[in-house]
Amino acid sequence: MQPRDTQRETRPEGRAPRLALRGVSKVFDGPRGRVEALRGVDLTVYEGEFVAIVGPSGCGKSTLLNIVSGLDQPSAGLILLDDAPATSRLGRTAFMPQRDLLLPWRTVLDNAILGLEIAGVPRREARARARALLPRFGLADFADAYPAMLSGGMRQRAALLRTVLPNKSLLLLDEPFGALDALTRAAMQEWLLGLWEDLRRTILFVTHDIEEAVLLADRVLVMSPRPGRIVRDAPVPLPRPRDYTVVTTPEFVVLRAELLAALRAGEGGAG
Amino acid sequence: MSAHPQGWRRGWLPPAALLLAGVALWEALVQITQTPRWFLPAPSAVAAALGENWRLLARHTLVTAEETLLGFALACLLGVAVATAIAFSRLVERTIYPLVVASQAVPIIAVAPLLLVWFGYDLTPKVIVVVLFCFFPITVNTVDGLRAADRAAVDLLRSMGAGPGQVWRLVRLPSALPYLISGARVAAAVSVVGALVGEWVGSAAGLGYFMIRSASQFLTDRVFAAVVLSALLGLVLFGAVSLLERLLLPWQRLERRERT
Repeated sequence: MQPRDTQRETRPEGRAPRLALRGVSKVFDGPRGRVEALRGVDLTVYEGEFVAIVGPSGCGKSTLLNIVSGLDQPSAGLILLDDAPATSRLGRTAFMPQRDLLLPWRTVLDNAILGLEIAGVPRREARARARALLPRFGLADFADAYPAMLSGGMRQRAALLRTVLPNKSLLLLDEPFGALDALTRAAMQEWLLGLWEDLRRTILFVTHDIEEAVLLADRVLVMSPRPGRIVRDAPVPLPRPRDYTVVTTPEFVVLRAELLAALRAGEGGAG
Repeated sequence: MSAHPQGWRRGWLPPAALLLAGVALWEALVQITQTPRWFLPAPSAVAAALGENWRLLARHTLVTAEETLLGFALACLLGVAVATAIAFSRLVERTIYPLVVASQAVPIIAVAPLLLVWFGYDLTPKVIVVVLFCFFPITVNTVDGLRAADRAAVDLLRSMGAGPGQVWRLVRLPSALPYLISGARVAAAVSVVGALVGEWVGSAAGLGYFMIRSASQFLTDRVFAAVVLSALLGLVLFGAVSLLERLLLPWQRLERRERT
C-alpha cells in the first residue's frame, strides 16, 4: 500500500560505514497503552557523510537519536558502530539534544569541556583545546561568560562546540536550530556548512525542515509518521562548498518538492 | 531573592528607616509616659546597659555564638548527608523522609530538658537543640534541589559516558546548591533561637542564661541588651550565608536578571 523504495541504498565510493541500523523497532508501554514509535528502521551513515533525517513531528526522530546515542535500547533490531554490533553505546557518539542544555553554573569554556572532562582529560588540557576552537565558533570573547549572558545563536554554537570537542566519530544533532529565529537560523546553517567543510565529521542530523535538510546534507532520509520508518533515501547532488544561494537553484527546488511529496505520501499512508 | 540586582544598598534603606522611626517612637513614648525602667526601658537605657555591661555581654555572646555556629555547621553536614541518601535511594526516601517531616512536629522545647538529663550542662545539649532547629529546612530544601536537576541534562551527561558519580558531581550537586543555600539561610535565622532555648533550659553561660538571670532581677534593660545582641548574631549569620551565595553562585544573579 505504501511506497517502499528504501532498500536502494546509495553508498559513497570506498567509504566505511560508521553507523548502521538493521530492522530497529521501538515500542513504548505507556499508561495509555502501547505506542509503536519505530518500525523496522534500516539506515547506514558512512564515514565523513552528512546525513539528514526529515520527518513530521512525533514520527520518532528523537527516539531514533536516543537509541543511537545509547540512552535508550531498541525493542528489536541491531545497531552497528564502525561495522561491529554495539549494545552499549553511551560515550561513543556525540549527542546534541534540541535544547542547548548549557549548565548555567559553568562558563562557556567549562561547558565546552564537559565531554572531555567526563572522558578523564585533565581540565587544563581540556580548556586549552576548547580555547583554541572558540574563535571558529564565534565565542572568542566569551570564554568566561555564563550562558545567561549569551544570545540564542551563541548558546547553540557553545553547545555545538561541546559536541564537537570530544572528537567522537559520529555526531548526532537533534533539531539544533529549531528554537532560533529565522535570521539566526539561516546564519547558523551557513556557519555549520563552513564548519563541516573544515572538520569533515560524520553527522546524523534530525530536522522537520526539508529546506534545512537539503541545504546541509549529502543525503536526506525521509521518515514516515508513527510508527517511523525510512520511506525515502535521496542523495543531494548539490556541489560543495555550499552557501545559502543554492536554495534558489533548480536542483534544490526540484529535490525539495520531491521530498515534500514523499513526506506527504507517508502521511497519507498512515492517516 | 529579594535583593534588587543593581541596588542592594538601596534595598537596605527602607527597613533601616522604619527601624529607626520605631526606635525613635519608642524612646519618645517611654520619655513622655515616664514608664519605669524595669517595665519597659527606653532604647537609650538599653544602649546604656549595652555599654556598661559590654565585657560581660561579650563573654556570653561568644558562648552563644559558639553553640550556634557548631550546631549550624553540624546541621548543614547532617542535612546534606540525609538529603543525599533520600535522593539516592527510594527505600531511604520511603522510610526516612516521612520521619524527617514528622520530627518537625515534635516540640523541641519539650525535648530540651531531656537533652540536659542525658548530656549535662555543657555545650553538647545546646548544640543538639540548634541542630534540631536547623536540620529540617536544610534537608528538605536540599532534597528538593537534588530532585530539581534537569533530566535532559542528566541524559546528556549519560550520553557522554558519565557514570552515576560524575552525574552527581557535575549536575545534581551544582543544581541543588541554590536550594541548599536557601535552606541554610532559613536555618541561619532560626539557629540563634535554638541556642537560646538550649540555654534557657539549663546553663551557666550564654545570652539565654544572661536573659533569664536579668529578667529574674527585673533588670529589663539588660534583657533587651541581650535580645539586641542575639538578633545581631542571627543577622550576621544570615548575612554570611548570603555572602557565601554571592561568592559561590555568581551565575545565579545573571539567571534571575535574565528572567525579569
